[in-house]
Amino acid sequence: MNFDDTPQEAEFRATARAWIAANAPKQYEEELRKSSLGRTQLKSANILEVAKAWQKKKADAGWACLHWPKEYGGRGSSPIERVIWQQEEGPFGKLSQMFIIGHGMCGPTMMAFAREEHKRTYLPPLASGEKVWCQLFSEPAGGSDVAGLRTRAEKDGDDWVINGQKIWTSGAHYSDYGILLTRTDPTVPKHKGLTMFFLDMKSPGVEVRPIKQASGASDFNEVYFTNVRIPDHQRLGEVGDGWNVSLTTLMNERMSIGAGVATGFPELFEYCSSLMLDDGPAIEDRAVRSKLANWAVKASGLRYTSMRAISALSKGERPGPENSIGKLVAGSMIQDVATYALDLQGAAGVVSGPEDAEVAGRFQAMLLRAPGTRVEGGTDEIMRNIIAERVLGLPGDIRVDKDVPFNKIPTKGRG
Amino acid sequence: MNFDFSDDQKQLRDQARKFLTEKCSSKAVRVVLDGKAPYDKELWKGLAEMGFLGVAIPEEFGGAGAGHLELCVIAEEMGRANAPVPFSSTVYLAAEALLIAGSDAQKKKWLPAIASGEAIGTLALFEGKGNPSPKNVKLTAANGVLNGVKRPVADGAVADFAVVAARTASSGRDNDISLFLIDLKAGGVEVKSLTNLDPTRGQAEMTFKDCKAEPLGAVGEGWSILTQVLDRAAVLCAFEQVGGADRALEMGRDYALDRIAFGRQIGSFQAVKHMLADMYVSATLARSNSYYGAWALSTNAAELPEAAAAARISATQAFQHCAKNNIQVHGGMGFTWEFDCHMYYRRANAMALGLGSLSYWEDQLIDRMRKKNAA
Repeated sequence: MNFDDTPQEAEFRATARAWIAANAPKQYEEELRKSSLGRTQLKSANILEVAKAWQKKKADAGWACLHWPKEYGGRGSSPIERVIWQQEEGPFGKLSQMFIIGHGMCGPTMMAFAREEHKRTYLPPLASGEKVWCQLFSEPAGGSDVAGLRTRAEKDGDDWVINGQKIWTSGAHYSDYGILLTRTDPTVPKHKGLTMFFLDMKSPGVEVRPIKQASGASDFNEVYFTNVRIPDHQRLGEVGDGWNVSLTTLMNERMSIGAGVATGFPELFEYCSSLMLDDGPAIEDRAVRSKLANWAVKASGLRYTSMRAISALSKGERPGPENSIGKLVAGSMIQDVATYALDLQGAAGVVSGPEDAEVAGRFQAMLLRAPGTRVEGGTDEIMRNIIAERVLGLPGDIRVDKDVPFNKIPTKGRG
Repeated sequence: MNFDFSDDQKQLRDQARKFLTEKCSSKAVRVVLDGKAPYDKELWKGLAEMGFLGVAIPEEFGGAGAGHLELCVIAEEMGRANAPVPFSSTVYLAAEALLIAGSDAQKKKWLPAIASGEAIGTLALFEGKGNPSPKNVKLTAANGVLNGVKRPVADGAVADFAVVAARTASSGRDNDISLFLIDLKAGGVEVKSLTNLDPTRGQAEMTFKDCKAEPLGAVGEGWSILTQVLDRAAVLCAFEQVGGADRALEMGRDYALDRIAFGRQIGSFQAVKHMLADMYVSATLARSNSYYGAWALSTNAAELPEAAAAARISATQAFQHCAKNNIQVHGGMGFTWEFDCHMYYRRANAMALGLGSLSYWEDQLIDRMRKKNAA
């Protein structure tokens, strides 16, 4: 048992480290290091421009999308090399936020289902960040139940005509392309009538509207489709096979290892280490210590769980299912941590403006953003279902709509 | 990075599992649970023959000379099987104290006897309520004899020797405490069994009256040695707890698959599924923290104090969580003597206290993290 690199890994790490040291946009390092949750912003520059420039620089030197094949703009690296790169990239990795969906989900789906000429056309500019992609799955009527989506695609000559509405689309407002899951047959059971496409987000009839979140920020969008035309050659997979195609996309969503999930613990420990309470330093208060210790072992448990997964990758094995706990544990933890940090501030905790609030309002911001972390990318409840069914082998839910034609499924809970 | 046990160590784990499945069935555990024997002597003999008792004892002292990682994988299996033997007292506490502080003669006398299964050892630290602390040690050592009462002492009624924490000064500092080695067969100690939460591992009260004792380690070094012993034992116990947590989770999962209510497997209800998923989460966090503890223990890393405390807290929580919810999944049947669920519930809650309670280790963890940050 050890934490050492193999000689090849050490060599790769040294090469990556040297290149990053010589090329990374260091002027933003401190600001990036400090941001902890939600969409990263820069005070001194437009983050989209900084991110695109860094991605292009990486792509030109062969450091973009390490795990992709070279012919599509990647490096053909092993999974462990990808992890080492992420470790070395450190805070600059936060600049990849706007590419995560494109690189992690759209790219792999295109690779698995698009025509060869489309792969060669669309994947390299996706890898280099010159084109940004988004993923159009969730709908007002289909969140956790993605297969309940209602956006229609109807065949018209060589085209498909799209009408409907998507929601919670990250980055739709700056995306060039998207992958889109639609309903092509409402007369068959819901999983069987879906078809996947990719489209140009500048197509006539596509309208993007930002959602104002409960936190006040706008990280996501609604996307409306009105008679949007998509040529049939942009279909991904067979007609009616969209559900299987989407599983490829979603599986890739959960494959990201080593990036480390935010728990809020380092921030809270740092805060409590210098905070004075009425009776003395917070860190010497018995109740505070007990809370901190309980969160400390969750944070370290997640850290070492991911190291176990990295070790499996290093040996060329598939990581076990234990990595599926990360989002579930971190999501509710960061919410609890933020709530407690405000509790320690007493009445002053209510002040959230960065100029006037404790530690620039970082815990207030964390509190307001936290509910989203427990919902996005699979709610806590869906994550528990996944663990129970795929890891523990428990039976799936009894699905009352499984064999019912989609257009016969009730759409209202009451009246 | 290779943050995992080696293939040889995994093989040893399989071997231990096979051995314990055969020799330590629930029926065997129940002989001790029902008070028909103080511990499973046959199993103890078997563990010695397998080389498990001395796996981390150097060859020159009659052990297998493997190491602490090997001991960790065996500990996990002991926890899974709920083994009713004085393993933790003898191997994690007494043997480790000897390894850290014993003279050559002391090691030669006791370590080979531990490895061969002839000697059972224990640590006599607690004196009634309270957690490990120099100020809670009242038993005195003067002129080569001990006077005082220790309670509870794990496996005290079956032990052949004990490591005893005693007060040798009253300055109010850590170096008031020294350790002593007692041959319990030599007289001077009155031992009384105590009814306890987990009858598969005995607890006793030991009354020392002018009991002859030899120092273990230097006088005044007792607390420093004890701290090291407790850290090592915390990691090793964490593996037992991880094994127990996994077993309790499996029992709950299996029952949820077999039991039909309202016309369906109860494991198809989200209320039950989600409870089991949360048990898996606790058990996984505990396992990962314990692996880190194992790494720190086996390399004698500077991180051991922090890693041991984290493993201790995480594994204690996981075993308690899984054991209690295993009963909940079983419903009424889980609350019968006949089902094994309560054995894990008893063990989980007894183990949560054995090396000092959760609140003690929480305090330790924060102290140790602060120390690291200050360094």
